[in-house]
Amino acid sequence: MDLRTRKLLDKSFSALGVIAILFMALFLVVILAPIIAKGSGAFIFRGTVEYRKLMFDIWNRGDEKALAEEMQIVAKARKPVYEMMDDFRRELAAMPSSERRKYRRALNDVEKNIENLLGPNPDDREPVLMRQRYGQTRWDMARKHLKDVLYATEWDYSGGMGVKVYVPRQDFFTGTSIEELFPYIEENIDAMMAPRLTLYLRFLTDDSRDSHFFGGIWPELLGTIYLTLGAMLFAVPMGVIAAIYFCEYAKQGLVISYLRICITTLAGVPSIVFGLFGLAFFLNTIRVSESKSVLAGSLTLALLILPTIIRASEEAIMAVPSTYKEAALSLGAGKWRTVMTVILPAALPGILTGIVISMGRAAGETAPIIFTAAVSVGKALNLDEVFTNPSPALPWNIYNLCTEHEAVDQIRHVQFGMVFSLIAVVLFLNITAIVVRARVQKNLRN
Amino acid sequence: MDNDTQKSLITVNTDAASENPDSILNTEEFSIFYGDFEAVRKVSCSFFKHHVTAIIGPSGCGKSTLLRGMNRMNDLIPGCRADGKMIFDNANIYDRTIDVVQLRKRIGMVFQKPNVFPKSIFDNVCYGPRLHGIRKRSQLEEIVERSLNQAAIWDEVKDRLHTNAIGLSGGQQQRLCIARALAITPEIILMDEPTSALDPKSTTKIEDLIGELQKEYTIVIVTHNMQQAARISHFTVFMYEGDMIEFGKTQKLFTKPEKKETEDYITGRFG
Ligand SMILES: Nc1ncnc2c1ncn2[C@@H]1O[C@H](COP(=O)(O)OP(=O)(O)OP(=O)(O)O)[C@@H](O)[C@H]1O
Ligand SMILES: [Mg+2]
Repeated sequence: MDLRTRKLLDKSFSALGVIAILFMALFLVVILAPIIAKGSGAFIFRGTVEYRKLMFDIWNRGDEKALAEEMQIVAKARKPVYEMMDDFRRELAAMPSSERRKYRRALNDVEKNIENLLGPNPDDREPVLMRQRYGQTRWDMARKHLKDVLYATEWDYSGGMGVKVYVPRQDFFTGTSIEELFPYIEENIDAMMAPRLTLYLRFLTDDSRDSHFFGGIWPELLGTIYLTLGAMLFAVPMGVIAAIYFCEYAKQGLVISYLRICITTLAGVPSIVFGLFGLAFFLNTIRVSESKSVLAGSLTLALLILPTIIRASEEAIMAVPSTYKEAALSLGAGKWRTVMTVILPAALPGILTGIVISMGRAAGETAPIIFTAAVSVGKALNLDEVFTNPSPALPWNIYNLCTEHEAVDQIRHVQFGMVFSLIAVVLFLNITAIVVRARVQKNLRN
Repeated sequence: MDNDTQKSLITVNTDAASENPDSILNTEEFSIFYGDFEAVRKVSCSFFKHHVTAIIGPSGCGKSTLLRGMNRMNDLIPGCRADGKMIFDNANIYDRTIDVVQLRKRIGMVFQKPNVFPKSIFDNVCYGPRLHGIRKRSQLEEIVERSLNQAAIWDEVKDRLHTNAIGLSGGQQQRLCIARALAITPEIILMDEPTSALDPKSTTKIEDLIGELQKEYTIVIVTHNMQQAARISHFTVFMYEGDMIEFGKTQKLFTKPEKKETEDYITGRFG
C-alpha cells in the first residue's frame, strides 16, 4: 500500500468517526432539548394568583398581607364576570321555556369553563376536591382554558370525516346580557389572573397534592433514591465479592466458565422478567414483606444489575497487572491481604465505572418495580417504612402520569418535570461517581 | 572468536568463596512440571550462606522456574507442581505443614521487571513490615530509612518519600523493589535478572549493592550477562534445557569448566 492510499484511508476513517460523533451529538440534542425545555417548565413558569393562593393555603408560603391585597385587586377585576352571569341568569328566568332550555345548556358550559379558569364561584360552597378549589395556577394553562371559555368546540362532519371547529360563544349569545362577558374576559384576563414569573424549585421537595394536580414530586424522587441506593447496597458488595471469588479464589475450570456464561446471559434477560421473578420469589415465595415494598423492589433491581457489576469488576480485577500480585505474594502477603491491599485498590476505578453504569440503570428501570415496589400515589416514606411499604418512583410514575392519570393533559408539566428530574438524578449520580473515580485514579498515580 | 580471547574478556570474582561455606538451601532431585512438561529436571545443588550464587543458561532452560521454585512463587501458576526436595531450615519447603507466608518472609524475591505498587515510596517499603504486624510509625520510618539506604536509593528519594513510586525511573524502581524486599529482612534474596531492563549505570549500582548485601544476606541471582555472573557471584549453576549441567565455584566454572556444554555456553557458542 503506498503512502497516498494509506493517507486516504486514515483520512476517510477519521471523517467517518467525526460524522458518527456528530450524529450522536445531534441525536442527544434532539432528545434532550425538549426534555430540558419542557421539563424546566415545572420549575420556572408564570404563576397566577391562584398559584400563590394555593401555596399559602397548603404550605403557608408567601406574605399573607400582600396576598390579601392582590386577591382584592383580582376580585375587583373578576367581579363584572360574576355580575354579568347573575344578570343573565335573571334574564334567563324570564324567558319562555323553549328558549330557556337552549340557553341553559350553553350557560352551564360557560359556567363550568369559567370555574375551571378562575376557580369556584365566590358564593359557592368550597368544593370537596382540591383541584376544584383553585383556578388555573399556571399562566400557560390559563391561556388554554381561556380559549375554552371563549370558544365552543364542535365537530364538523360535512367533509365526511369529523373536523374540530371552534365556534365563538359570543355569537351564540348575541343579543343577551351575557354577550359582553366574552370580550371582557379576553381583555381583562391579565388582571383577573395576575401572572407573574415564578421559580418553583420546591417542585423537587414538595409532595404532590390531589394526585399531582398541585405540588411536587418528592415522594417519587425519594422512592427512586431509596430504590437505587437499596439496590446498590445489595448488588455492590455481592457483585464485588463474587468477582473477587471468580478471579482470585475459584479454581478456573469448566464450572467457572459455565457460571460466567450464565452471568453474561443474565445481563441480557429482559427487565420485565426480573420484575416477574421479583414478584414470584421475593413477594410470593420468601415474603420479604406483606405487600409490595421498597425492599422487594431494591432486591429485584439488585438482581438486575448484579451481572453488570460482576462482569465490570471481573474485568477490572483481571486488568490489574499480575506483577502487583506477585510482588505482594513475594513479600509474604496471603491471598486475602493481596486482594485487599493491592488488587482492589488498583481495580477500584474500573469497579466504580461498573457501579456507575448500573446505578443509572437501577434508577431508570420501570419494569422490575411495577410488580414489586411501585405505586401510583403515595406519601414520601420514612427510612423505617421502606421494609414494608411500597413507594412511588419516578420511572413508574412517569409512565403512569402519561397514560393512566385521569387528567393527562392538565399535568404535562409534571410529567416533563419528572422526566427532567429523573435524568438529572441519573446525571448527578454519574457525575458524582465520575468525580470519585477521578479522585481514586489520581490517588493511585501520586 | 576463539576461547582464549573470550575468557580474557571475563573478569572473575576475585573475592573468592570461603573454603567451607554453610549451605542454607539444598535441592535434592528437585523437579518442576508445567502440566506434563518438566521444566526443571532433578536438580541437586546447594546455596551457601552469605554467598552469591548465579544461575546461568540459555533462554528457556528453566532458570526462572527454578528460582521461583525456591519460595514457591510457582504455586500461583495453575497446573504447576514440584517434585523432589527443597530443604530450607531442615524442612522441605514443599511440605504440607509449611506456611508459605512465613517462608516468603524468609526468602524474598526481586523480579526481572520492577514491580512497584502504585503507592507512595514509603508505603511500598512498608508493605512487607506492615503485613507482618509492624504498626508503629517510628519503627516503620526506621525500617524505611535502613532499607532504602541498603538499596542505595535513600539519597535520591528521601525528599519525596510520600510521592507515588510510579514516578521513579526504571533503575530507581528496581532499587526500590530491592529495598522493599530487604524491609522484611529475609535470609535469602532471589533475584531474577534484576538488571536486564537497566542502563549500565544503574546496573553498576545494583551490582555494587549485591556486593554489599552478601555480607548479611544470601543471594541467588539469575542472569544472562556472563560478565555480571563472573563479577559478582561466588558460585554458579549452569542449566541447559531443564537439567543442571554444572555447579561449582564461579572461578573454576568460568576458567576450567568440566562439561563441554558449559564451555560452549560461556564462550558464546550457543545460547
Ligand atoms: N507458566 C508456564 N506454563 C507453561 N510452561 C512454562 C511456563 N513458564 C515457563 N514455562 C516453560 O518452562 C521452560 C522454562 O521457562 P523459564 O521461564 O524458567 O525459562 P528461563 O530460563 O527463565 O528463560 P529466560 O532466560 O528467557 O527468562 C520454558 O520452556 C517455558 O516455555
Ligand atoms: Mg526467566
